[in-house]
Amino acid sequence: MPLTANMTKDECKKVVLDIIADIAPDEDLTNVKPDIRLRDQLQLDSMDFLDIVMELRKRHGIEVPEKDYQQLASLDSSAEYLAPKFNALAPKG
Amino acid sequence: MNTRSHYDVAIIGAGMSGLAAGIRLAHFGKQVCIFERHNTVGGLNSFYSIGGRKFDVGLHAMTNFVRPGVKGTPLGKLLRQLRIERDEFALCEQKQSRMAFGPRGETSLRFTNDFAVLESEIAAKFPTQIDGFRRLVAVVRGYDDVSLDAQPVSARAIVRRHLNEPLLEDMLFCPLMYYGSATERDMEFGQFVIMFKALFLEGFARPFEGVRLVLRVLLEKYRAAGGERRMKCGVQRIIARAGLATTLVLDSGDEITADHVISSIGAPETERLIALGPEIDRSADAVATKVGRLSFVETITILNRQPAELGWGSDTIIFFNDSERFHYERPATQVDPRSGVICLPNNFDYGPGRELSEGILRVTCLADYDHWANLSEDHYRADKQRWFEAVQRSAQRFLPPLAEPGALAAATLTTDMFTPRTITKFTGHFGGAIYGAPVKNRQGRTALANLYLCGTDQGFLGIVGAMLSGISMANYHVLQKG
Repeated sequence: MPLTANMTKDECKKVVLDIIADIAPDEDLTNVKPDIRLRDQLQLDSMDFLDIVMELRKRHGIEVPEKDYQQLASLDSSAEYLAPKFNALAPKG
Repeated sequence: MNTRSHYDVAIIGAGMSGLAAGIRLAHFGKQVCIFERHNTVGGLNSFYSIGGRKFDVGLHAMTNFVRPGVKGTPLGKLLRQLRIERDEFALCEQKQSRMAFGPRGETSLRFTNDFAVLESEIAAKFPTQIDGFRRLVAVVRGYDDVSLDAQPVSARAIVRRHLNEPLLEDMLFCPLMYYGSATERDMEFGQFVIMFKALFLEGFARPFEGVRLVLRVLLEKYRAAGGERRMKCGVQRIIARAGLATTLVLDSGDEITADHVISSIGAPETERLIALGPEIDRSADAVATKVGRLSFVETITILNRQPAELGWGSDTIIFFNDSERFHYERPATQVDPRSGVICLPNNFDYGPGRELSEGILRVTCLADYDHWANLSEDHYRADKQRWFEAVQRSAQRFLPPLAEPGALAAATLTTDMFTPRTITKFTGHFGGAIYGAPVKNRQGRTALANLYLCGTDQGFLGIVGAMLSGISMANYHVLQKG
């Protein structure tokens, strides 16, 4: 997905879901509820969450410091947290 | 041609753990190189060719097998962490395995990849023990076996809280010890739990092509992620300065620098490479406590027919013991043929119409490294021949009787055998110790702050454990630090 100057929250959710689809291809992501903790609806352990963080860095240059890991608990909270970070990266103008 | 002289991470050894660590690191953009002294990858789980025929070493079966959809187990973690699709390993399940104890295997406990089979066997053959066994299983299921800082506890002591039948206790320990224990007579409980889950609660499987397929998948991932490797290029020395591994001196004499070094070659083997730097106790006693005491011989017999044609078609793996108690310890003689492991790689379920082109019978027994290490070439060959026959004769007591006594010899195309000496020669592990040092180092730390251990001496066991070891050390020491 091309990153636009203004990432919407839905686009941020898609970024996270795309990463989960790659690290956990055995999970069914069709009905993930955005307001429920990912851990409560998918089988994701701490190794998987670390991978989400590292894939964000690798693919998008987004840094998530350890103190903020809990911000990635659900898709909604991830979008809240990531949207400003993506938009800060995007070229101005 | 790799000509770089500095890497983010240098990995010593291209076994399962080194390759897995390399995949993780390369995937996340680290400049990584694996240095391997041998000309093939795989380390303790590898293969070799003689007369155009390929022989697997190590892998009897991949443990930790679970069916698709079972999540949260080591196999699933491994596949996710290495971005391997389940189908790439193309795992085929075992038919059945068993423990056979007594002079002719009178007491037998079957198990398959369905845990209920073992449970019902125990209920039938040890009715007074089944409640205790179920309590033990509950403890095993609830135990945090991947904690990197658990305290060591005796597994025998914990098992005896639940079982009071020594025969059953020994029968349960036998496979778990043979498939991964570096300690004699007892296991650390965390290791017991890892192995119990890997063998009994999960199970055995094998790719049709054996260990070569697993290695090919790993190599392909590593290459695709941008990892480099240098074969026939061992590390002969690690130069340390101010508590850090600063330079690796290669067998060629070339020097390499790296920010981090991960060594999969074993704890004492790694210490020996450290040429300068912090104090390492090199006294004979200190080294002896770190070199594993357990080594093995394995006989390999290639047959001109499927084992099923000899009446040996049902069992995939048999763990046997002929004596009153099971002795998992360094033998006083060259080999201890009283107990061992029989593997028939043909007896995995490869699907309709698919079978290995030749029959294979492998038998593993405990052996003493010192009795093999210093023999003259003539004595070595003669002893190998003598023990080959003794081991195979011992094992045959636990297989269904042949229709005719000479049937095995008549079906044999060729044989081979490895000894503790072979293991040290090809893997560099001191003492022929396949399972490494008795004391494991879960955090993989060494005397040098940027040198870490992975593999056997870090302490996750089996092939899946080896790969998880590489993954967890790469994560813990390098990737989580940014």
